[in-house]
Amino acid sequence: MDTFLQQLVNGVTLGSVYAIVALGYTMVYGIIQLINFAHGEVVMLGAMVAYSVIVALAGAGGALPPLAILAIATLTAIPVCMVVGYLLERVAYRPLRRAPRLAPLITAIGLSIVLQNIALIIWTRNPLPYPQVIATVPYRLTATPDGATITNVQIGIIGLSIVMMAGLLLLVYRTRFGVAMRAVAQNPQVAGLMGIDINRIISATFALGAALAAVAGVMDASYYGVAHYQMGFLLGLKAFSAAVLGGIGNLAGAMLGGLLMGMIEALGAGYVGELTNLCHLSGWSDALAQRCVNDPHLELFGSNYQDVFAFVVLILVLVFRPSGLLGERVSDRA
Amino acid sequence: MTGILLALRNVAISYGGIRAVKGIDLEVARGELVCLIGTNGAGKTTTLKGICGLLPLTTGTIEYDGADVTGRPAFELVRKGLALVPEGRGMFGALTIDENLTMGAYARRDRPVIAQDVERVFALFPRLKERRKQTAGTLSGGEQQMLAIARAMMSRPRMLLLDEPSMGLAPLMVQKVFETILDVAQEGVTILLVEQNAKLALDVADRGYVMESGEVTLAGKASSLLHDPKVRAAYLGEAA
Repeated sequence: MDTFLQQLVNGVTLGSVYAIVALGYTMVYGIIQLINFAHGEVVMLGAMVAYSVIVALAGAGGALPPLAILAIATLTAIPVCMVVGYLLERVAYRPLRRAPRLAPLITAIGLSIVLQNIALIIWTRNPLPYPQVIATVPYRLTATPDGATITNVQIGIIGLSIVMMAGLLLLVYRTRFGVAMRAVAQNPQVAGLMGIDINRIISATFALGAALAAVAGVMDASYYGVAHYQMGFLLGLKAFSAAVLGGIGNLAGAMLGGLLMGMIEALGAGYVGELTNLCHLSGWSDALAQRCVNDPHLELFGSNYQDVFAFVVLILVLVFRPSGLLGERVSDRA
Repeated sequence: MTGILLALRNVAISYGGIRAVKGIDLEVARGELVCLIGTNGAGKTTTLKGICGLLPLTTGTIEYDGADVTGRPAFELVRKGLALVPEGRGMFGALTIDENLTMGAYARRDRPVIAQDVERVFALFPRLKERRKQTAGTLSGGEQQMLAIARAMMSRPRMLLLDEPSMGLAPLMVQKVFETILDVAQEGVTILLVEQNAKLALDVADRGYVMESGEVTLAGKASSLLHDPKVRAAYLGEAA
């Protein structure tokens, strides 16, 4: 039972990060029906920029409190990522707005490679140990001494994600800018007739998604304690899968999808070994029983298969419910 | 400055490889209600789209308020007071009525006056006020047309372009919509009305243009067009 609780805590933490990244995919898709596959790289850049700031500040004498260092690093990464997000749209996607859909998709993949290589040049190809400016403190969740715990970092990640999600919902559903965003998403031409500068709204959407990505990058790298120029690739794909799971284009869907994806991954990694342990079948074969006496862990799959779950989910969703959990049924609209 | 608010000079527009508008001239004076009538496919909607910058012109110029606005994007023209109510109403179906009206006033910055204007359009359309928190998609066709006009009014336009406001509406609703159009005109808004229902349009308009296969074939006072034998034969049919 403790494994379950522990994996749940890990899953919610991971899921919060996925949800924040998934929001970036879903907002852009909602407004221009483009899968911005370079979004994961924006997350990576956020982590990298923050890394450099943390190293610089921590090396400068360490007079600043840890939380301040992390805050300054994140607040530096946010504008940098916003500019990158803005430029991606302005330079690469906007000229292709009227092109066949495959063109911007391929462009997105190309941009992803370009950004990875820029990061490789700046931050080398080595995994960078992410400075743990905040000492990890575990809090016990159960009475048992080696039971499930939640750390202060996990609490911070979950809390910050909730605040950002609430802020985004307020922005989208309670402000004039948010209404304009939704109007452009629904009918860009009519939005133009209302005096809305569609290009500005689209730029702002990219910048907003990139700002979230920057924070997600810092959270992810802080959580795993490592940053790498390729870290955005898998993270991005999983977050994209989460957005599809929730229903791409739907904000609440991205949040739900992200959270579910995190939990599926954590619980999957936690139990896959146990579930595929061939020693459960000892009764069927004497040879197997013999082997299991010496080694009771004859597991077909280990937790190194954790990355598989996201994509199994993606495939299942695409086969059985392509519109996602909260997505609207796709109807033919003129 | 002349009394002319909108002038099209030799405007031609190609649309999907077809020359939909073949060099037309059209003028609307300040405060006028002008209608543009013609059969389906005559190029009326294309003309409106060309005026609003939704379609590029092949040749010709568009002057609005004494300035050349040829090729300016739609959102800039709205800020200059030129609003279009598009064919098919162009609702933001998932947005509430309140939000649709907010979008109508997007180009404006005078918040307190916007709030007053919301009340003003609600006075004009009490039906909308009852349902202000509902999404526009839940409204009937007639109500949506009302909302489309109300939304355009929220930009405080000096000129309103209306594309087929009667399309798909029940006769009673059509009457109501046209009463509203007259109300709007009374407030001093210049109107260019595109309609297939020629009789209705000529009844409310000061002047009219008749379009056929991309060309203006007749123009004149609405009352004289109404009695023109050619118009009567072609568009008014049995309405003798």
